[in-house]
Amino acid sequence: MNHNGTKDHAELAEKFNRDEERVNWHDRTLWWIRQKRDKAAWSLGDEWEPLREEASRIKSHTLSNLSEYLQEFEKNAQANGMTVHWAADAKEHNQIVHSILSKQNIQQIVKSKSMLTEECHLNDYLKEEGIDVIDTDLGERIVQLAEETPSHIVLPCIHWKKEEIGELFHRHLGSPEGVIDPSFLTNTARVHLREKFLTRRIAITGVNFAIAETGEFVVCTNEGNADMGAHLADVHIACMGIEKLIPKRKNLGVFLRLLARSATGQPITTYSSHFKKPRKGQQLHIVLVDNGRSTQLGREDFRNSLKCIRCGACFNTCPVYRRSGGHSYHNAIAGPIGSILAPNLDMRQYKDLPFASTLCGSCSNVCPVKINIHEQLYQWRQVLTEEGYQPKSKYMAMKAMATTLSKPTFFNIAGKAGRWAMKLVPGVVSNQYNPWYKEREMPEPPNESFTEWYQKNRKKKNEQ
Amino acid sequence: MKVGLFIPCYVNQFYPQVGIATLELLEKLGCEVNYPVGQTCCGQPMANSGYESLTKDCNELFTKNFAGYTHIVCPSGSCVLHIKDHLHSQKNEPAAASIRHTIYELTEFLTDVLKVEKLNAKFPYKVGMHQSCHGERGLHLSQMTELVAAPFSKPEKLLRMVEGIELIALDRKDECCGFGGTFSVFEEAVSAKMGKDRVQDHVEHGAQYITAADMSCLMHMEGILKRQKSKVQVKHIAEILNAG
Repeated sequence: MNHNGTKDHAELAEKFNRDEERVNWHDRTLWWIRQKRDKAAWSLGDEWEPLREEASRIKSHTLSNLSEYLQEFEKNAQANGMTVHWAADAKEHNQIVHSILSKQNIQQIVKSKSMLTEECHLNDYLKEEGIDVIDTDLGERIVQLAEETPSHIVLPCIHWKKEEIGELFHRHLGSPEGVIDPSFLTNTARVHLREKFLTRRIAITGVNFAIAETGEFVVCTNEGNADMGAHLADVHIACMGIEKLIPKRKNLGVFLRLLARSATGQPITTYSSHFKKPRKGQQLHIVLVDNGRSTQLGREDFRNSLKCIRCGACFNTCPVYRRSGGHSYHNAIAGPIGSILAPNLDMRQYKDLPFASTLCGSCSNVCPVKINIHEQLYQWRQVLTEEGYQPKSKYMAMKAMATTLSKPTFFNIAGKAGRWAMKLVPGVVSNQYNPWYKEREMPEPPNESFTEWYQKNRKKKNEQ
Repeated sequence: MKVGLFIPCYVNQFYPQVGIATLELLEKLGCEVNYPVGQTCCGQPMANSGYESLTKDCNELFTKNFAGYTHIVCPSGSCVLHIKDHLHSQKNEPAAASIRHTIYELTEFLTDVLKVEKLNAKFPYKVGMHQSCHGERGLHLSQMTELVAAPFSKPEKLLRMVEGIELIALDRKDECCGFGGTFSVFEEAVSAKMGKDRVQDHVEHGAQYITAADMSCLMHMEGILKRQKSKVQVKHIAEILNAG
């Protein structure tokens, strides 16, 4: 349980696991995407690993020179006719966006997928202000209709089955009851969204890459919804975290080749749209958001988490994510990367996330920019302990364990006593209060430890 | 060759047969094996739970026990990885630094140091090989499926030297079993589900035994197999390489 009474990852994951068939389905669906990613990576053969290395180096270099590149980007973007805004945190970001809408006297907008706006809870903020936001990414629209948040950064409604989407569309968009054909449902959404695109005068998009050298930015989508929104609107607002920067246009190819292959196994996203100048009569705003990124940049052990390009490969490969679902992470960014980003924003609220991992390391190996995710998970655990965010009871248990394990005599006696008790009264450990025993048997205690065996069978021999 | 034997705490207490098999196997291969009896644990259970700060005494004890050995061998990839990554000593850092480089997981010691090419072992059963994460992704005992790189597996290479063994193929050859140390109790639901899924992959492919270079994964999977009243058993790789 978290401090504010909300459930932590283990509790939410336990809830998700009550429907085992659904867990199986969720796991298989995401594993299939991991396999598609593998095929796409192998299709590049010997190029793949050097490409990851190159991407990692470009991002490291950019992070080391972030302030210079941000200023270069600002200068070039302004020269291109964009209006550049700086937001220190989520609140300021939301206020900036709202002020642009207010100036235009706009109450209805379209928005393509942007995890940054999810991170800043822009939809909730604007709703409070009486603004109607329509998410135009199909997956995001589905979770929006269901009044949920995305469970995955690339596949927002991956936790929804087509039968459920059919039912949702029947209720909200008037599709015939019982229709679950994905093409039909997609077309239903398309017709519904087309009307929104045509009538909304302001469009918000995210940013996948911003190029310092040219002052342009690139938005990657498979549905073309960012383009539909931006091209039809009088005002285009693009929101980006300050880590989305790359130095030069020539660097872009490295990332475009990695992004979609890592995310979905496609060679490239269907649309990789470059935005450089506003159309005649159009306004183009870009909001550069810090929201904790500078703090993370200053944490030496965690700074390279900012290399992330939000491909979601670490989600798909994570055996814990696949079996606990995105909402169990109770953060806009779930999965392994979310677990190392979230504590930077609020250690108290997200203290459980670095522990939602077996430290298997698969995430670090699929990461296209080579973030050492599992090592940072380990490191966050140490920081959370140092900062006092672990329960006292856990400290007592660990302290007792450490004491036993640092004194051989004590360890041997405790081991013997433990095994003896388990043999004589199995109920002391095999009971409902032992989480291990819920779905697993305890190991059979042997008559003697290895040390005891060794002393009988070898030690004496060696001493002779 | 003189070898210092490190037996992980839970193997010492619950799976002495794995320690015995490791010792006998090394002796068969001509090693002079010494087991410092004052040893306990590598400190990983505390460290992975966020309490690396409480492992100082464990580290000092470990360093004291194993200082001076040119080769330290342990039948657990996970414990070896922890020592390699985190062993430090205030009293004798040069010894700790040396240990970090001279500690080997059993199968890598056999393939890389002893350069074993044949074994006198027999195990006429269908066996599923579980690639433990810390052994594979931490120590590179085998190739990771995430990487675009040529496959190899040191434990599998050794198992193929065993007479009569039939290694079965798996759908997911290096998915985590879900043990994860204290993860197994703090995240009980996901841990158990991961274990069930891993076991099922082996069972569906006809395994009679599941083996691994880490007993902790096997302890977790054994717990699930026994709860399911399955006939499939677990055996540490040392037991198979020492069998017959």
